[in-house]
Amino acid sequence: MLEYDPVLYSRILTGLTLAVHILYATIGVGFPIMIALAEWMSIKRKDEHYRLMARRWARGFVITVAVGVVTGTTIGLQLNLLWPSFMQVAGHAIGLPLFMETFAFFFEAIFLGIYLYTWDRFKNPMYHFLLLIPVALGASASGFFITTVNAFMNTPIGFTIVDGVMTDVHPLQAMFNPATPTKVSHVLSSAYLTSAFALASITAVQILRGKTHIYYKKALHLTMTAAAIFAVSTVIIGDLSGKFLAEYQPEKLAAAEWHFETSTEAPLIMGGYLTEDNEVKYGIEVPYALSILAHSDPKAEVIGLDQFPVDEQPPLIIHYYFDTMIAIGIFLTLISILYVVLSKSRKLNQLNKPFLWSIAAGGPLAFLAIEMGWMMAERGRQPWILRGLMRTEEGATTAAHVDTMLWVFAALYILLTVTSVIVIRKMFKSNPVERELRDRGIE
Amino acid sequence: MSYELVGITVLWIFLYGYIIVGSIDFGAGFYNFYAKLTKKDHVISKVIDRYLSPVWEVTNVFLVFFFIGIVGFFPDTAFYYGTALLVPGSIATILLAIRGAYYAFHHYGAKQTTFFQFLYGMTGLFIPASLSVVLTLSEGGFITVENEQVLIDYNALLTSPYSWSVVVLAIVSVLYISSFFLSYYAKSAKDEPAFELVRKYALTWSLPTILASFLVFFALSRHNPVHFQNMLSMAWIFILSFLFFCGAVYLLWKRKNLGTAFILVMLQFAAAFFGYGATHLPYILYPYLTIYSSFTNPAMATALVTAFIGGLLMLIPSLYLLMRLFLFNNKYVQGK
Ligand code: HDD
Ligand code: HEM
Ligand code: HEM
Repeated sequence: MLEYDPVLYSRILTGLTLAVHILYATIGVGFPIMIALAEWMSIKRKDEHYRLMARRWARGFVITVAVGVVTGTTIGLQLNLLWPSFMQVAGHAIGLPLFMETFAFFFEAIFLGIYLYTWDRFKNPMYHFLLLIPVALGASASGFFITTVNAFMNTPIGFTIVDGVMTDVHPLQAMFNPATPTKVSHVLSSAYLTSAFALASITAVQILRGKTHIYYKKALHLTMTAAAIFAVSTVIIGDLSGKFLAEYQPEKLAAAEWHFETSTEAPLIMGGYLTEDNEVKYGIEVPYALSILAHSDPKAEVIGLDQFPVDEQPPLIIHYYFDTMIAIGIFLTLISILYVVLSKSRKLNQLNKPFLWSIAAGGPLAFLAIEMGWMMAERGRQPWILRGLMRTEEGATTAAHVDTMLWVFAALYILLTVTSVIVIRKMFKSNPVERELRDRGIE
Repeated sequence: MSYELVGITVLWIFLYGYIIVGSIDFGAGFYNFYAKLTKKDHVISKVIDRYLSPVWEVTNVFLVFFFIGIVGFFPDTAFYYGTALLVPGSIATILLAIRGAYYAFHHYGAKQTTFFQFLYGMTGLFIPASLSVVLTLSEGGFITVENEQVLIDYNALLTSPYSWSVVVLAIVSVLYISSFFLSYYAKSAKDEPAFELVRKYALTWSLPTILASFLVFFALSRHNPVHFQNMLSMAWIFILSFLFFCGAVYLLWKRKNLGTAFILVMLQFAAAFFGYGATHLPYILYPYLTIYSSFTNPAMATALVTAFIGGLLMLIPSLYLLMRLFLFNNKYVQGK
């Protein structure tokens, strides 16, 4: 048996909780925007189909919000339970965004409550739409605030350390650290992208199952157009994130690219595997691409892992996480742009089966990309919890029973995810679009 | 007032807010389930649903605000309580997660099931019990620090009369506060049968609430005599609390002015809770942490207080809107 190591179990438990929360949090950030788009269209075009779309999406959204809220509360508590020393030290510099996040939650929660229960209460539908704006703002703001905390862990600034205590603290500088711009914008943009694709994917499955109502075409068009915009912005910001890494966290980029020696004209390696003595086998090499990703210049020098002591190098497995994310990013961009082009030209029938299947796959793939991106970002920061200042094992709890907690929480998350999926499926199966259209007297 | 006092006062106010809205929420969930068991659900579940549905997420944020805020203002609390609370904190977290999720599954899902109702009804009583452990620990005697290791003595905790008296008080108060609120709400909804039922619950739990409070006083005098002496020197506030209690029960008994009765209940708990808190100071954890020794740096304190004021300016109008639409809107309350 393994010896009990609270650090290891704390890491696994934190990773697990976040991996679950991020699925629901992504929906939490992205769905309000999509619901708002649909409701806006319904007002602008006086089209009841869009209004029904907003209603149905909102109904599913409530369930995911509930799981998002409870898993979020769990992480909030767990950060203190599992990383007490880290919170004690880092709290001095980064308490501000965490605190402001709770106001964003308040804001979102209050208006979501109002929004859900006032569908038919206002004569002017615009009022109901306006209630969604604080919901969307609150959700994106909570994503913003928490991501600045994570950015701080990657590039901690805004204080000086004297005898292990942070002094001369500048809370705003800590919050707006060098990692904040790319990190926040990539996280938000990818959440919007994923939500748009999730909805498109559900619609595509319905059409593949033989549903023909115009409602589905409208839903697909709305979601795929939004997805195209968010996909392009996600990839562009992803590229900027690479440039950020090259400048501020070169070891992460080097590990992700298996770039062992500092060199100019560096190639990008996709896939492959490593031999015992770190030689890349069967990888696809794209010449100059890493230099371009890192510095927009095919000739630029990219720092390799040789510049870092062995015990400060991130695990090399993040290469696969990075590749998966990028491959999915390119796939989603191609699919959504193709959809927009085809639907404009009207020449081709964009609703052919393989194409619909690709859209259907896009939803789950986008969620996979989110998970991969975070695994790459978090494991790529190892061995640091605060890069350059505090190693992960120094931040962890020393308490007993973290292993038991891991199993208990794992069971809880399985229970929650499974039930939430069952509940949502039942909700829509028992009340299909066609029936609801009829019940509401819409054609 | 020093920043330390401002910080702890703000947090204490939010914890008080959580105790009130949380108790209403937890108790209502329990009554809903209990009514189902005793086949009286047709009488009260409508009233309960109508109030609970729009606000449950807001309730949760009060708690989040408190624990994020305390670590923000007093980062050392993360170290002491974080290590000590791993197991009890995780249990409370799991109960909260189950309750929140199954509440939503039950109310927004396609089908209402008794099992979901059971889960969120029963967890509602265990959550206050498990959260109350934090207050118990803060009295000292259960947490020790050796070689920078924070240790918790479960044996002492589980056999201490004081910790059990707090648990009893927590559960009883939840049932008491929420039944008073529901009486008021049912009356505003002009739902007489529901009102009569919850009024009976409220009167049932009144005496146990006061008995449990006395029990806590008594147990505390043994467990932490210093704190108890401080409380005696502020005895007026606890006497005031008792008078509020008498007024509330009297009004409910007479079926008069239920809004005022509920406000008296809130005042009763406010007096007791702030009396308890004020006499607990300066300690956050006897005898290791005081609000002065654990406070964050001045720059962060200024930033947090500024953010708090900005946040309140946004929050108060929004909360006002929520209450206008759902709590004090007679048309909505009456289900029209
Ligand atoms: C649908 C989701 C999604 C998609 C399609 C992409 N990403 Fe991403 N990526 C994320 C979702 C994501 C994320 C989950 O949002 C991460 C994790 C941590 C973070 O800051 O954002 C992330 C992190 C992340 C990082 C690490 C940032 C850091 O550690 O500071 C880089 C360098 C990139 N991405 C680059 C890209 C590139 C070049 C992409 C395009 C081809 C791309 N990402 C597509
Ligand atoms: C929501 C998406 C996130 C996911 C999926 C995620 C995932 C992970 C994973 C897998 C680990 C374990 C890394 C390892 O030990 O190899 C980890 C560690 C950690 N993460 Fe994240 N993370 C996310 C966001 C955040 C944010 C926003 C914060 C900060 C507020 C954060 C704080 C931490 C901490 C404190 C640790 C433990 C220290 C460490 O191992 O580095 N994470 N996370
Ligand atoms: C360590 C990291 C994190 C912590 C401590 C955390 C904390 C929380 C908490 C306490 C809640 C519940 C709030 C409530 O009661 O209403 C929550 C919900 C939420 N979180 Fe997280 N969170 C983390 C990571 C993230 C990330 C990375 C994102 C976004 C990209 C995010 C977005 C959200 C959103 C939008 C909600 C609202 C609930 C929903 O709509 O699903 N969180 N989070």
